[in-house]
Amino acid sequence: MGTLDANEAVASVAYRLNEFFAIYPITPSSPMAEFADEWSAAGKKNLWGAVPSVVEMQSEGGAAGALHGALQAGSLSASFTASQGLLLMIPNMYKIAGELTPFCLHVTARALATHALSIFGDHSDVMACRQTGFAMLCGGSVQEAQDTAVISQMVTLKSRVPFLHFFDGFRTSHEVSKISLLSDDDLRSLIDDSGIAAHRDRALTPDAPKIRGTAQNPDAFFQAREGCNPFYQELPRLVKEAMDAFAARTGRTYQPFDYEGAPDADRVIVIMGSGAEAAGETVGWLNENGRKTGIVKVRLYRPFSVEDFAAALPKSVKSIAVLDRTKEPGALGEPLYLDVVAALRQAETLGLLKDTQAIKVIGGRYGLGSKEFTPAMVKAVFDELSKSSPKPVFTVGINDDVTGLSLEYDPEFEVVPPGMKQAVFFGLGSDGTVGANKNSIKIIGEGTENYAQGYFVYDSKKAGAMTVSHLRFGPTPIRSTYLIRQAEFVACHRFDLLHQMDVLSYVKPGGIFLLNSPGDPHEAWSRLPREIQEQIILKNLAFYAIDASTVARNVGMAGRINTIMQTCYFAISGVLPKDEAIAAIKYAIKKTYGKRGEAVVQKNYEAVDSTLENLVRIDYPDAPNSTHRLHPIVPENAPDFVQRVTALMLAGKGDQLPVSAFPVDGTWPTGTTKWEKRNIAEEIPVWETDLCIQCNKCAMVCPHAAIRPKIYQPELLAGAPATFKSTDFKVREYAGMKYTLQVAAEDCTGCQLCVEVCPAKDKANPSRKALNMAPQIPLRETERENFDFFLKLPDPDRAMLKDDVKTTQFMRPLFEFSGACAGCGETPYLKLLTQMFGDRLLIANATGCSSIYGGNLPTTPYTTNECGRGPAWANSLFEDNAEFGLGFRASIDQSKSFAEILLQGQAALLGDDLVSSMLAADQTEETGIEAQRERVIALRKALAGQNSLEARTLSKIADYLVKKSVWIVGGDGWAYDIGFGGLDHVIASGRNVNILVLDTEVYSNTGGQQSKSTPLGAVAKFSMAGKAVPKKDLGLIAASYGTVYVARVSLGAKDGHTVSVFREAESYDGPSLIIAYSHCVAHGYSLSQGLEQQKRAVNCGYWPLFRYDPRRADKGENPMKLDSAAPKGTLAEFTKNETRFQMLARINPERSAMLQEMAAESVKERFALYQQMAATKEQAAETSTPNA
Amino acid sequence: MDLTTSYLGLKLKNPIMPGASPLVDHLDNVKRLEDSGAAAIVMHSLFEEQITREQLAEFAHTENPAESFSEATSYFPQMEDYALGPDRYLEHIARIKQAVDIPVIGSLNGVSLGGWTDHAKLIQQAGADALELNVYYVATDPDEPGNAVEQRTLDILQTVKDSVTIPVAVKLSPFFSSPGHFAKQLDALGAAGLVLFNRFYQPDIDIEELEAAHRLDLSNSTELRLRLRWAAILHGHLKADIALGGGVHTVEDIIKAIMCGANAVQVVSCLLKYGPSHIGGLINGLRHWLEDHEYESVDQMRGSMSLKNCPDPSVFERANYLRVLQLWKV
Repeated sequence: MGTLDANEAVASVAYRLNEFFAIYPITPSSPMAEFADEWSAAGKKNLWGAVPSVVEMQSEGGAAGALHGALQAGSLSASFTASQGLLLMIPNMYKIAGELTPFCLHVTARALATHALSIFGDHSDVMACRQTGFAMLCGGSVQEAQDTAVISQMVTLKSRVPFLHFFDGFRTSHEVSKISLLSDDDLRSLIDDSGIAAHRDRALTPDAPKIRGTAQNPDAFFQAREGCNPFYQELPRLVKEAMDAFAARTGRTYQPFDYEGAPDADRVIVIMGSGAEAAGETVGWLNENGRKTGIVKVRLYRPFSVEDFAAALPKSVKSIAVLDRTKEPGALGEPLYLDVVAALRQAETLGLLKDTQAIKVIGGRYGLGSKEFTPAMVKAVFDELSKSSPKPVFTVGINDDVTGLSLEYDPEFEVVPPGMKQAVFFGLGSDGTVGANKNSIKIIGEGTENYAQGYFVYDSKKAGAMTVSHLRFGPTPIRSTYLIRQAEFVACHRFDLLHQMDVLSYVKPGGIFLLNSPGDPHEAWSRLPREIQEQIILKNLAFYAIDASTVARNVGMAGRINTIMQTCYFAISGVLPKDEAIAAIKYAIKKTYGKRGEAVVQKNYEAVDSTLENLVRIDYPDAPNSTHRLHPIVPENAPDFVQRVTALMLAGKGDQLPVSAFPVDGTWPTGTTKWEKRNIAEEIPVWETDLCIQCNKCAMVCPHAAIRPKIYQPELLAGAPATFKSTDFKVREYAGMKYTLQVAAEDCTGCQLCVEVCPAKDKANPSRKALNMAPQIPLRETERENFDFFLKLPDPDRAMLKDDVKTTQFMRPLFEFSGACAGCGETPYLKLLTQMFGDRLLIANATGCSSIYGGNLPTTPYTTNECGRGPAWANSLFEDNAEFGLGFRASIDQSKSFAEILLQGQAALLGDDLVSSMLAADQTEETGIEAQRERVIALRKALAGQNSLEARTLSKIADYLVKKSVWIVGGDGWAYDIGFGGLDHVIASGRNVNILVLDTEVYSNTGGQQSKSTPLGAVAKFSMAGKAVPKKDLGLIAASYGTVYVARVSLGAKDGHTVSVFREAESYDGPSLIIAYSHCVAHGYSLSQGLEQQKRAVNCGYWPLFRYDPRRADKGENPMKLDSAAPKGTLAEFTKNETRFQMLARINPERSAMLQEMAAESVKERFALYQQMAATKEQAAETSTPNA
Repeated sequence: MDLTTSYLGLKLKNPIMPGASPLVDHLDNVKRLEDSGAAAIVMHSLFEEQITREQLAEFAHTENPAESFSEATSYFPQMEDYALGPDRYLEHIARIKQAVDIPVIGSLNGVSLGGWTDHAKLIQQAGADALELNVYYVATDPDEPGNAVEQRTLDILQTVKDSVTIPVAVKLSPFFSSPGHFAKQLDALGAAGLVLFNRFYQPDIDIEELEAAHRLDLSNSTELRLRLRWAAILHGHLKADIALGGGVHTVEDIIKAIMCGANAVQVVSCLLKYGPSHIGGLINGLRHWLEDHEYESVDQMRGSMSLKNCPDPSVFERANYLRVLQLWKV
């Protein structure tokens, strides 16, 4: 037995049975590819003694092409993907199937992006592949996912039909479960070598040449296409044979359609995937309680075997509900439903079933985007089937108050198998809760006879992210594929989470509640809000408290409370005898962290050993005595939508919202992060007015717009809160004005970048700066008031502000309080972008970190100014972002042209002055833009009351006469890899778009996979041995067109340069490309040092700053301008601080030294090339200029 | 000419060895040092504190962002062969031992008693012929008495001595109120050698940024005089051998060191300046000088200028201070 998740279990089977993997990261399948890569890098062998090779491609489309090629050349090949990635593979899937090629593609089934992106599980992606000719086999649990992986491989080799093997994204792929593992001997006995030999025999080779991929004409194509039929007809038999052989070997039996339930069931659900587990669990309970129900679990979905389906269906069935985890708007029903209806019809025709017309068949959707699917919902479906007129098409699991399709269910209904124990842990990502709970599951799974299950729910924010761990264990296999609602044990690892989530709603009456409570744990009761006290009393909970944060700090592990809370759990719950539990925890620590060094292990041991003496059981009174209450989720002055919808989502109650609460087309109001006061910083910066030199660098670098300067007239200070700080603005032209630097205490993440960048030190005590960190809690209330007052002070006139570091920071940021990591290196660029151009900005955002912190609900950071203007933002896909943004530009230009035509047509009405001034408006500066806005107001005024279509249309589109700024934003995974083709095309188009590449040199959002931007010598996922080729010089490629404005910037190294580049790029009437150095958690160092590290990157020549401006060439100057001084110091001064480089030195010092040497050489060469470009062109220009 | 000497119970072919420095990080350099005639290799120090700090920092940098977000449960690949901390150091000792025939002396700087003993054992297991304890310590706490500093060092030596069988030397700083007495205590505990003295890299001040700045200055021959004085004072009072390091640059420096009682010298700055082959020049120079001056062996001149044997021992005592001050009188 082993305790692991399905991704690992399936990857292990695939790895051992294949030779070549072409992969590309996509959630939730990425871990499978990462496992394969790690095993390959470690030299782990497959079943036949060879080490499989793993190649990361530029996209799933590329991976599919490489796989197709490898298969043609005779290798056993496999891959892993999901969602949009699977869609990109479809063209090659047709080819692979059409050529009858044995192949397994393992898919973590995931939603497709429609009205919104969802990384979560449903069957939309796999259902989009029904037509490709791939066989489709589904596993509904971790055990089944592993088992069906090998069955797929067995049959594909035998049948030549490729397999799409799938299981549910997250629910199965990420569920940690105790399962029976397949040994190498198991695999060896199950795989038929003759199928492999036959595959090799079909390989393309010049030793026995053949040709594939011909073009066929009408005389041949159709007949040839039909030639594959026997292979598909034969397939269900081969699958059954394989399943029988598998059962003989392992004792675990499967059928193409598995029936579970009463042999004489009258009501049957047909379902596929993890939902079948919850349904099976429910059927067991219902039948024990006198019902006659059953489920047909679909395993082999394609080819759909009518014979097997008919055989699985009990003859007693009177009504069937087919549940689909996908949606096809406009279809008669979802695919599985249509298949079942057609199968019944065919079964009757074939004489397999009788009177199928009498069987009622209804179809329902459930579980889209990982929506919960619980026994209560299963019961509701059976209840519906009992009705004389059930809904023919329905949904379950939501409240559809718009079309009324949803079934009502009793949310209190639960099916908990006897002996099952449940525990829920609310933690922070950074405190290691999930990691410790994964270990707990293993401890229970491997240290006791119990079966165990762990499932982990993560936050949509990256900074201060909350995690919820759901742990079950019990004497029988666990089939509860849904979250725990009522647990015997609930732990809250951060006190403030009590205010955000209804933590105690998860604990059963009489259960146990463990709280990490700062301060003396004996006083924990008095610190609780009254509502929490009430619940504890009402539920008669056993209440335990510990100040885990202090215990962790005392052992030198500040912030890492995971092993402490884990020890408390085992001590209180009694799952294992105490000493045995502590020994097991320590064993797990050694196993998990042993590779990280003895000091790490020892510190964790110390944490465990200091736990129990600090754990306290709290006696509490019979009545609540707290005088303070829970904070409201959002402030009372939040808009109606935020109160009604967003607040519930923030409280973790989004499931309760009905369909009518949501926008129908994915359009959401902007600027909602400001209503979510997260209070995640333990310390915040405090401003010292006497030391501040008012440089505003702190505001410039703040990733979350949580520190802001403002200048204003002194009389506006009237009514300021008592602690509001203000000082004279020290600029002569603004004499008499006041200056304030204000921190948004509740929105700050405590990253310290502002303090690090602050240049102003106390001369008598240089450790005191103009900004110093101080504990947040004592400042929270006063700073909330101060920030509110600050926001009400008017913004300065933008027209008066210059484009330098200092004055841009007086412009209001229209990107604030995002969910990006604390200290994020990307977001300061976006904030600056919105400050400079936000009120006329459209952003096309590639999928990635920036689309997640930019557009992941419940709240979004792009906001509006006092006039209601602000960035308009949209995310299309990962691969198409440049093209998407080009579409923005083309559309805006078209609208502008049309408006100009209409304007000219209305000249008689409007007067030539207005028309000509609007057409000839100079909008290069803020003043010009503002003047044009005034003219638009005048225009609309003049057009008011005009009823002609032209006048009405002009009034409608007149805003397009004001300059719009189109920015195409994304990370390096997009720009260098998957979107590069499109980016290249767009910059070659000559259109006026601005491309901002937030270059972290790695796929950050999916967890640090290498991109073509990853530097030579760095370790990343899929580049474990250290990248051996230098990063692509995207800037140079773009500059080679000669018509593209290109710049490379680093805000940390030269902020003024960044500001200038943004202005120049925006003003260039053509394509511009800015490559912005962005430090990232995937670099492996404290991001508080991010700015210093950026300086080192620039100083040593690693990240040379330059601008290539085609306008200079027009003036006869050299367009290339190198903005970095000649390199100082060594590359090592930069690389030595980052884990991504140092990791290799620890694994393979010789290779690390060699790659570092190559990298240093490459850095030198590139700098020399830039120098040459900047110099020689200048000389060339000089020599070619007359009179020079 | 007999250049051999005995140090820490090891028979050395000459008294010159490279001191603890990054020079030995590369095997090529180590081989070059041996080829040039180095009598032994002293490893750079294994700093327990640095290892602990690096492990904890790297743990925090890689683990804290992990398991926070659905799409990225980690940000770095899981490495099978991940050598953190002493492993690399120990492997390097083993590699050097395989590559050279001369003795290899490990060097250790611990912060905890556990660290001292565990790492000392590992260094011995890795094949080191002897161990140098580098008790680099800056007493920044004004409440800490001097005898506590001394006692801790004695405890460390005792603990390490109890855990290894190879000879153990102690590299001292010059900042003890009675270095002679302290040296005798170390000697009594069984220190096989004393290395005089550790060079403290004094931080500089950046007057623009108002920061203390790290600065590495190479030594020069004038720094040797402090070491010469203490070698001269200690010679004859100890069973332990004496090595001098910090300011040994020239043949003359080496001769002075031996004359003051040193069994061996450790050179670093001059090797960093002129490369590993410089050691060959020093050996030749030493041989020629001894030949020119008709010495028979290195041993013959050892201690000739010590406090005991020196014709005018007052130069090593307080009287010298008075005399030197007088020299400045106009």
